Amino acid sequence: MATAVATKGTEFEQMGAVPTFQVTLFVRRFNPEDGQEARWEDFDVQVHGTDRVLDALHKIKWEMDGSLTFRRSCAHGVCGSDAMRINGRNRLACKTLIKDLDITQPIYVEPIKGLNVEKDLVVDMNPFYQAYRDINPFLIASDKPEKERLQSAEQHSKFEDTTKCILCAACTTSCPVFWTDGQYFGPAAIVNAHRFIFDSRDEGAELRIDILNDKEGVWRCRTTFNCTEACPRGIEVTKAIAEVKQAILRGKP
Amino acid sequence: MSKPKVHHYEYDVVIVGAGGAGMRAAIEAGPHAKTAVISKLFPTRSHTGAAQGGMAAALGNVEEDSWEWHTFDTVKGGDYLVDQDAAEILAKESVQAVIDLENMGLPFNRTPEGKIDQRRFGGHTRDHGKAPVRRSCYAADRTGHMILQTLYQNCVKLGIEFYNEFYVLDLVMTKVDGQERPSAVVAYELATGELHVFQGKSIIFATGGFGKIFKTTSNAHTLTGDGVGIIWRKGLPLEDMEFYQFHPTGLAGLGILLSEAARGEGGILRNASGERFMERYAPTIKDLAPRDMVARAMANEVREGRGAGPNKDYVLLDLTHLPPEVIDEKLPDITEFARTYLGVEPYTEPVPVFPTAHYAMGGIPTNVQAEVLRDNDTVVPGLYAAGECACVSVHGANRLGTNSLLDINVFGKRAGVAAVEYAKTAKHVPVPANAADEVVSMIEKVRKSKGNEKVAVLRKELQETMDKNAQVYRTEESLNEALNDIASLRARYENISVQDKGERFNTDLLEAIELGFLLDLAEVLALTSRERRESRGAHLREDFLARDDEKFMVHSMAYLTDKPAKKPGDNIKVGWKPVIVTNYQPMERKY
Repeated sequence: MATAVATKGTEFEQMGAVPTFQVTLFVRRFNPEDGQEARWEDFDVQVHGTDRVLDALHKIKWEMDGSLTFRRSCAHGVCGSDAMRINGRNRLACKTLIKDLDITQPIYVEPIKGLNVEKDLVVDMNPFYQAYRDINPFLIASDKPEKERLQSAEQHSKFEDTTKCILCAACTTSCPVFWTDGQYFGPAAIVNAHRFIFDSRDEGAELRIDILNDKEGVWRCRTTFNCTEACPRGIEVTKAIAEVKQAILRGKP
Repeated sequence: MSKPKVHHYEYDVVIVGAGGAGMRAAIEAGPHAKTAVISKLFPTRSHTGAAQGGMAAALGNVEEDSWEWHTFDTVKGGDYLVDQDAAEILAKESVQAVIDLENMGLPFNRTPEGKIDQRRFGGHTRDHGKAPVRRSCYAADRTGHMILQTLYQNCVKLGIEFYNEFYVLDLVMTKVDGQERPSAVVAYELATGELHVFQGKSIIFATGGFGKIFKTTSNAHTLTGDGVGIIWRKGLPLEDMEFYQFHPTGLAGLGILLSEAARGEGGILRNASGERFMERYAPTIKDLAPRDMVARAMANEVREGRGAGPNKDYVLLDLTHLPPEVIDEKLPDITEFARTYLGVEPYTEPVPVFPTAHYAMGGIPTNVQAEVLRDNDTVVPGLYAAGECACVSVHGANRLGTNSLLDINVFGKRAGVAAVEYAKTAKHVPVPANAADEVVSMIEKVRKSKGNEKVAVLRKELQETMDKNAQVYRTEESLNEALNDIASLRARYENISVQDKGERFNTDLLEAIELGFLLDLAEVLALTSRERRESRGAHLREDFLARDDEKFMVHSMAYLTDKPAKKPGDNIKVGWKPVIVTNYQPMERKY
């Protein structure tokens, strides 16, 4: 298979001749309606070189078993619907190319951990969204400007990374603290607090810092970096959490 | 299986759809009226979030600009099918719309003085076409993401009530004094399979587009035109459905969008021999010509054998002359798409691209207050539409890039304001006791059907015939072929079955229902395309290559009738509606 490092001259030729190959997916199935325990089910799927795990799941759903259930929408990594655990790692199914996995082995697909499974790969996201809403994820500003508020490129750069969050929950559900204690706010909520705490236009830093200084707040973070590795948007999640910790220790940034 | 449980609610304003237009409306309505937002997705999953390049507004932050120039560009970009009073509102209110978003917290990129930065985009020009102008306000190449996040954040702040993963499948019309009036919508709850009837004094449709009628598309899997299809099934008209935009730069073979901002920042389209071919098609603004012209030029290069790649079936988007730091700062997401999905490094290699089905210019006809029309001028009281599902018409025959993020903000806000005003004095229209019956039978029919046709197979065939026959190039013959195919797919649709018979998270069932909407809308699109025997904007008829202002400077208005279809499409009546012209008489469209 052609890879990103192929030489320029041959790149397009190889891209046209996309190979087809067979993979086996082991998918974690669970449906409270059928009375069965959660179990692994395997499917052999024919895929193409540019196919992603989401394409393989669609092939299963559309050609073999219509009852296989998962969330998805945009299919290119911006809507955040299809975070799942693929070969033990949290990823977006639409951003994980099958050719980049070890296709000599079965591919294991299961729901993200730490949230209740509703059906197959669908989990109850409500506790996750609630933690997000609890940190007051909106600009708090008392002034009423007639035009835009000014902000320098440097001020903007302090929080730009954390504005990329798509609330997919890949980070939060990769966090061992969150697995053992569902009350923990989790990385995604802290990332979104960071996005406002470090925004020069915002006046609500103290409020958010108070919330995250709580026993279920940032201090639960054990700096395992799982979240940073899991983030499909490349946000430096652990660094953002560390900056929020610093802000708590030093007061308002 | 027992009948699903039905719940009832009463609101002043009911908003269907939680993308940009729906949430912008909610922000206006929420503080003044009891408001519910119903969405098939969690709000931040909406496809507004996939928009990249920016939002047009003549702020004049980096160079001289005026709303009048913006109006002209919008009218000319739309090939003179734009209603000019609406375009004027869009351009005038754009400045406040951007300021609103900034004040709500949107992190725009900034100029050295700290103001909102602006960049170039296709078809946006200085002084009526003299040169490209920097009009697009942006947040890297994730402007739509930031708009969607900011609007949701402000909905959280205002405590707006959301019903997420609720699929609205019907609009209830009640006869009052001999007239059909909207009284409620009926939603199917994904988690439980239960039904919910939301009575509202004002009902706003903000349900987005229907790109999934095509195979190659930038659209999300969930963009199946449910809202537009519901309106259609009620016998209300759809306007300008033949005008569907193909975005020039989809990742070849995949359709994933690469923003026009890539060309706004200096990217160049090249054919197999490396020629900058847009110089031949649009000598003044070249790669920054409007999307219809660029898409057509690309298709033509491929058709005439100048395509790149082993099958000569795409062209190349060249960013290699841009400094890597500019790419990282201004175009980080789309260059990552090229790396992730095609394994191409945009710093050093040109990216294979080809047009991808992107945006419906047409949809539910409204006036500039976002009120839905039941014919050329009669308003349906209490019913509103905004965003891609609506046709105001500010986009005419071809939308300019950055005008859709603007549209959802300007007309989403207007819909919210108008809906609140109406709800202040209006009474609830009574909802019949059997309001959910149609949805019950729609669902039970699919669930119980034991036919041998598969939804995915029919959908694929639909998408293939639409790509083949109703895409960039169209003829009477190709459109008739599409109509025949759709008619036979429709017959087979009667014979589908789904495997999942359950009630919880039954996406198998919902995909079947969504396919029903896709079939309806594809048919309207193919039929109105056949009836418009001219070429204008995104609609190119190879058998009628010229624009025909005498006959066709009018909007199409398609209606579903009860007439039995002897031939495919016979049951659809196509009428015409005058274009509103204020200042700009049609001219030849050169760039």
